[in-house]
This record gives sequence, structure tokens and C-alpha cells, in this order.
Amino acid sequence: MSLAVTDLCVARGGVPVLTGISFDLAAGQVLILRGPNGSGKTTLLRTLAGLQPPLSGQIEGAEDQIAYAAHSDGLKSMLSVDENLTFWAQVFGRKDIDAAIEAFRLGELRRRLAGTLSAGQKRRLGLARLLVTGRPIWMLDEPTVSLDVDAVAMFARAVRAHLAQGGAALIATHIDLGLDDAQVLDVGPFRASPEDLAGASDEAFL
Amino acid sequence: MKALLARDLALALRAGGGFGLGLAFFLIVTVLVPLSVGPQSELLARIAPGLLWLGALLACLLSLDRLLALDWEDGTLDLLATSPLPLEAALSVKALAHWITTGLPLVLAAPVLGVLLNLPAPGFFWLVISLLLGTPALSVIGSFGAALTVGVKRGGLLMSLLVLPLYVPTLIFGAEVARRGAVGMETQTPLLMLAGITLGVIAIMPFASAAALRVNLR
Repeated sequence: MSLAVTDLCVARGGVPVLTGISFDLAAGQVLILRGPNGSGKTTLLRTLAGLQPPLSGQIEGAEDQIAYAAHSDGLKSMLSVDENLTFWAQVFGRKDIDAAIEAFRLGELRRRLAGTLSAGQKRRLGLARLLVTGRPIWMLDEPTVSLDVDAVAMFARAVRAHLAQGGAALIATHIDLGLDDAQVLDVGPFRASPEDLAGASDEAFL
Repeated sequence: MKALLARDLALALRAGGGFGLGLAFFLIVTVLVPLSVGPQSELLARIAPGLLWLGALLACLLSLDRLLALDWEDGTLDLLATSPLPLEAALSVKALAHWITTGLPLVLAAPVLGVLLNLPAPGFFWLVISLLLGTPALSVIGSFGAALTVGVKRGGLLMSLLVLPLYVPTLIFGAEVARRGAVGMETQTPLLMLAGITLGVIAIMPFASAAALRVNLR
């Protein structure tokens, strides 16, 4: 399991935002993406997750390996915590949700409807979803939004456990997660310049 | 896929799920028509098959808005697109769930409401058969419309305009089966056409829907 990205150029709404991105991510490694708002971190993650095509460059080893977590958690407010997690486990062909419940301390909330949870609890449930997917590469977009200090530590523990099991993680975040061996990729220097615009369009109908 | 079907059905049946919306609309239309047309039982009997079909079609259209929009808003579609489930299969399952919660109740309610419109006795059987064959096509075509307009805020009007022309063949042949059945004529030709449209749509539409959705998820 490893992810290799070579000379990647990604675009949002037909405008290239990042260009010339290359990195390797091997098992047990974590890469932190940094950059100001609007610098293209989300676009990069969505491209790597396969939700949109890259303008140019290669992505190797991403197929069916990625568990993606975006700003919204994909929770159904009228389903209970258990039902939400079980659904995602089944979609990914797995059954066991107890480890995920345990890791994010959702035990007391299992029967509550997701719609009645607080923002931080919803986020914890959304992150617990990563554990039930069983996918090796986690791609997380601002995973710590609305988490308190304890929950951030809980999340960091989950990431470390995942790395210890041979997983890898790519995390766009602004806060320090306390992951000692994390590499940092600042996307600032890779910002696409106006001349990259020539002929660049990801619009399907143009 | 079973998990997705079970989840969609559970969501539809819980509070705010929208189950019964189409059925209630169908009921309102068929109850109000005799009141507005007046007590002319021959006239009602003549227009009953077409009216019931039109009511069922509009009821189906009314509930299409929710088919993908809710999953889009809470990010479920993004996560489903990165899951091992192919989007084509996911959309077929969602269309099936839509049919079970919207189309099937309409099929079951139609004969009861046919009484209100003085539908001739031989017509009941053909009305149910034609709806049973035709409503799956409405759900599948609807999922295509929903996939095309999923990112558009308040896209209901746009979707109706896109979907209605695609509904026309189903409406023509479906209502024709019911009309011919009601007056005791041969129904085989429109019935075969209706079945052909439904089967063709079920086979092809999920691919078009998935392609449209992939573009919209970018």
C-alpha cells in the first residue's frame, strides 16, 4: 500500500489552483497539508479521492484505497448512531462497528438519533466512520472542526493506531495534532500561475 | 446495496421522510376532479384512465426533488461516490427505493380512487397492470433528472422541465392501456410498448444518471 503522486495539477471550476504537486505516502506515514483558506487543499483531496479528474499528472495507488472525510459527515439525522455506522460498514462490506464506537467513545450515544447530537459529537461519529470503512489511506479535510481538546486527542490516538496497523493518512488541518513524525506539505508554493490557465478546463460541457 | 435500500426505506418511513407525499397528492387530485367536473358519470368514466395516469405521474414528479437532494446536502453522495459501491448500482437502488415508497402505493391506491371517477369495471385490472408496468420507468427517469440537477439550489422547476418530456412516452402508452382496457378493446400493442420503454429505461438510465452525477460532484 502506497500512494504516489507525480506532477499533479488540480482545478476548481475550470481554474487551476495547484500545480506541480508530487509526493509519496507509504504505509505508516502521515502527511499534513497546510495552506491559507482557498489555497486548494480541499480540491487536492477531492482529486486524490477520485471525485474529480486531475488536469494533468499521475495518481498511483489511490484506487479503492481511500476513506475520504469532508466538511460534512454524511450522517442521517433520523437514523441512530448505530444505524448510521452500520450502514457505512455494510457499504464497505464490513460488519464490526464496536471498535469504532469504542475509539470515539460513542457508547453512551449509540441509540440516540444523529440529529440530536451536538456538533462535536456528530464530528466524532463522522470520524468513527473512517474506522468502519477498513480502507488504508485516510484523507481528511479539516477533521478537527468543532472538536474539543479531549476529542482532538482521541482523534490523534485513532490516527496513530491506524498508522501502527500499516495505514496512512493525508490530513488538511490548521492545528497541531501532536503527531510527532508527521511530514508537512505547504501547498502555498504550488499555487498555479495565470499562464497555467491556457487550455485548462475541467468543465464537462464546454 | 441491500444496506442502501434498507436505509432509504427506513428514512422514507421516519419523520420528515416524505413517504405519503405523492400518495396524498394523488388522493387530492382524484377526489377534487369529480367535484370540479360535476356529476356527469359518463364523462368521468371516459376521462378516468387518463386522469388517474396523469395524477400518478404528477404525484411521482412531486417527490423526485428529495431523491438525491437530501443525500447531496449532508455529503452522503460524496462518500458514496468514494465507496466500493458503483454509482450506477447506488442510483438504481435509490430509484427502486423511490418506486417502493412512491410508485407502489400509487399502484395500490389507484383502483380505490378509480371508483371515485366511475372507472368502468373492466378498466380496473388494466389500470393496475399499466401502472405497475409504467411507474418503475417514472422512478428511474426521475433519478436521472435528480442526478442532472442535484447541485442546483431550488432545482425542482428545472428538473420538472427536464423530466416531463421524458415521461411523455410512458404516459401515452400507459394511459392508452388503461383506456383501451376500460372500453374493452385490445390492449396488447400499447402494453408491449409500455413494457419495452420501462425495461429499456431500467437498463440504460442508471448509466446516464451516474455520468451526470459524477459531473455534478466535481
